[in-house]
Amino acid sequence: MSDTTNSGPMLAADGTPLKRSLARALRRQKIRALALIAPLLIFVLVTFIAPIADMLFRSVENQIVSETLPETVEALADWDSDSGEIPPDKVFEALYIDLVIAEAEKKHTRLGTRLNYEKTGVSSLFRKSGRRVGRFDTDEYTDALTEQNPDLGAPATWAAMMEDSSVRSSLPLTTRTWDRWAAYLISDGENPAEEKLEDVLFAALYFDLRDGASPSDPRLSSLDVSNIEPVDLPASFADADKDWLDPSVWKTIQVYSPNYTSGYFLNAVDMQKGPDGAEARPENQQIYIMLFQRTLFMSLVITVSCIALGYPVAWLLANLPARTANMLMILVLLPFWTSLLVRTSAWKVMLQQQGVINDTLVWLGLVADDSRLVMINNQFGTIVAMTHILLPFMILPLYSVMQTIPETYLRAAKSLGATNWTAFWRVYFPQSVPGIGAGSILVFILSIGYYITPEIVGGTTGTFISNRIAYHISSSLNWGLAAALGSILLAVVLLLYWCYDRIVGIDNVKLGG
Amino acid sequence: MAKTSNSDAFVEFERVQKSYDGENLVVKDLNLIMPKGEFLTMLGPSGSGKTTCLMMLAGFETATHGDIRLDGTSINNIPPHKRGIGMVFQNYALFPHMTVAENLAFPLEVRKMGKSEREAKVKRALDMVQMGAFGGRRPAQLSGGQQQRIALARALVFEAELVLMDEPLGALDKQLREHMQFEIKRIADNLGITVVYVTHDQTEALTMSDRVAVFDDGRIQQLAPPDQLYEEPENSFVAQFIGENNTLEGVIKGINNGVAVVELDDGELIDCKPINVSKAGERTRVSIRPERVEYNKSRLQEGAHTLKAEVLEFIYMGDIFRTRLRVAGNDEFIIKTRNAPDQERLQPGQQIEIGWMPEDCRALDAT
Repeated sequence: MSDTTNSGPMLAADGTPLKRSLARALRRQKIRALALIAPLLIFVLVTFIAPIADMLFRSVENQIVSETLPETVEALADWDSDSGEIPPDKVFEALYIDLVIAEAEKKHTRLGTRLNYEKTGVSSLFRKSGRRVGRFDTDEYTDALTEQNPDLGAPATWAAMMEDSSVRSSLPLTTRTWDRWAAYLISDGENPAEEKLEDVLFAALYFDLRDGASPSDPRLSSLDVSNIEPVDLPASFADADKDWLDPSVWKTIQVYSPNYTSGYFLNAVDMQKGPDGAEARPENQQIYIMLFQRTLFMSLVITVSCIALGYPVAWLLANLPARTANMLMILVLLPFWTSLLVRTSAWKVMLQQQGVINDTLVWLGLVADDSRLVMINNQFGTIVAMTHILLPFMILPLYSVMQTIPETYLRAAKSLGATNWTAFWRVYFPQSVPGIGAGSILVFILSIGYYITPEIVGGTTGTFISNRIAYHISSSLNWGLAAALGSILLAVVLLLYWCYDRIVGIDNVKLGG
Repeated sequence: MAKTSNSDAFVEFERVQKSYDGENLVVKDLNLIMPKGEFLTMLGPSGSGKTTCLMMLAGFETATHGDIRLDGTSINNIPPHKRGIGMVFQNYALFPHMTVAENLAFPLEVRKMGKSEREAKVKRALDMVQMGAFGGRRPAQLSGGQQQRIALARALVFEAELVLMDEPLGALDKQLREHMQFEIKRIADNLGITVVYVTHDQTEALTMSDRVAVFDDGRIQQLAPPDQLYEEPENSFVAQFIGENNTLEGVIKGINNGVAVVELDDGELIDCKPINVSKAGERTRVSIRPERVEYNKSRLQEGAHTLKAEVLEFIYMGDIFRTRLRVAGNDEFIIKTRNAPDQERLQPGQQIEIGWMPEDCRALDAT
């Protein structure tokens, strides 16, 4: 101790500062500890954290629009969606180029599905237009241009021409279109220099020349587009599907053209993107807020039911002689060894209108045969079945906490003059609160994300948000919305956890010991 | 409610029996009368029934048979919280979720006492155990000795006339334990409360008590003040259990005029004081306290009985010498002598002669 009065750092026996040699000794320990948990850490990262992160990322990811329709997105940027008019011809030209390539790549239906989440009908619009876009009258451009320079009809000419940087810089649209086309062919295992030239390339070339491009390349400089009759693309699209004349379709494309979107999240809270930012959805389309509220409410009811039913059992377990308690414990654990599906289905058998409970009530004369109770495929059924299934998760932490509360506390309270109830309420109960906390967190978080039981016994009024998420994952394939709903659910759980930590204190949660 | 005839009795056990399993009696026929203000210790090995007696008195166990009376009133059917008996538990049982002051206020609160009165009493009780500054702490922030004081204060704060203590000092280290023994005794005397104290530590029992009840096998083996218990044990269990004790086995040859002649197993004849032996031919266990044996001839008194002995071990213990001898075939014969300037220090292997007064040598039962 007297050494500390010396100025300067403490030195270890070998003369290095004590702090440094301590840090070195500790570092070795830390590395060893890290090495021990590394396999699990990597496993968790790869199989758990990474997929979840990827899934959550989908809730904001929206590259499909700008990747599939790059020209359209750019051309549409200046269009005023409030004008009530369809976009100018240039946009249709861009859409034509994008759609031809997307159709070749078979990506237009995926885009249609994506945009259909935001506006119904877009999916069929894209499917139909994709089928028709190849038959548009744009072959007129091909014919006119190859007539002026027959060399242009040879794929090899194009391939060579597009190597030339002066050509590339003078014909930007043609270059971009050729690159996308060539990339598609190469990915398909073909050689762009040999494949048949598509009309879209000539259309792009025509658009470039019409807009005043003047390539110096001799193969192109002689071309004159002034007397080529332009194809009426808006009319062609309208002919394929008259929805293209509906400005709201274009508005949807414009609104969802950025790479990242808050649209899924807005959708998940019953809102949508409007011209002035977020706005509420029409009332008949609102569902998720209600589902979230229902999920939280029912989880709360389930948690409270579990406390009410589990507390006395845990108390018995903790206070009975060891042998009886072990027997009871097996009964508590028994459901764990039975399949979840079996237990849920058992409730279906018990609670249905022709089920055991209704039969018994009718037989006892408590319920008339024609007014049997509806106890399944509604909230009641879900609450009953889930309380039963989650009860062990309440009893076990409660039990392990109660086990650590010695009986002498109750005795002491009684010897000090407290009645049985006061002794319990003032002395025993406060000490069991950490167990209630642990059990409640466990049950609440488990039930908030429960899927299988509400799916089986929930009917329409007893389903949870998780059922909707599952629907979007496996049926509607709207993974972005599913991811947004999942993210919100995760955020709600974390928020509740944080609140709990602030109010009760997370170090007050005990699973035993 | 049966009123007892014994007006002087405060706590009374009458023919109390207790069985947990219906086959074995843990407490067999317990009779005990305590006057008000007495400090009585129940001492005994574990499983002797002493804690069960305490729990019956507190009301946490019901007597299988018999009557327990408090201040003349049978309390068999009164629940613990109405008995008004203070209790200090083995591990203090301070409520961990309450502060020290809240712990102390608890018994007052359940008695619906007003806030100001409550606070005054809590303060007085804390001052009494010199813990006045600790009211705001949690029990977990206190040391063992401090928790002990708080537990004591809590048992006293509602002014119980009878306080039960169940091995309250068991968890403390030796020095603190000795200090607390005096403290508890002092407080009990000051307040004039009646205390029933359970322990298996005989030193504790001897230092603190007005009377000690030695328990074994569900019975009180002897109920006596400490000095009497130590010096005049009534049977060989009490002689063995209280203090250090030398025993020599033998057979009674005859009893005359309050003197029993005992033939030890090696043929030696000695005179003893007969305690619970009655007739010749009976086997007996002769008990002599180590400090009543003398080997320095000059200190031997007239009429002392002498025997040959061989020194096996000599231990210097500071204030005393402790010597192990072989006497009459017993290798565990211990003598303790005071470290006086003229006291001879013995060597192992030395042949000596030891002696004691016949009245210090008690012939007890051989069981």
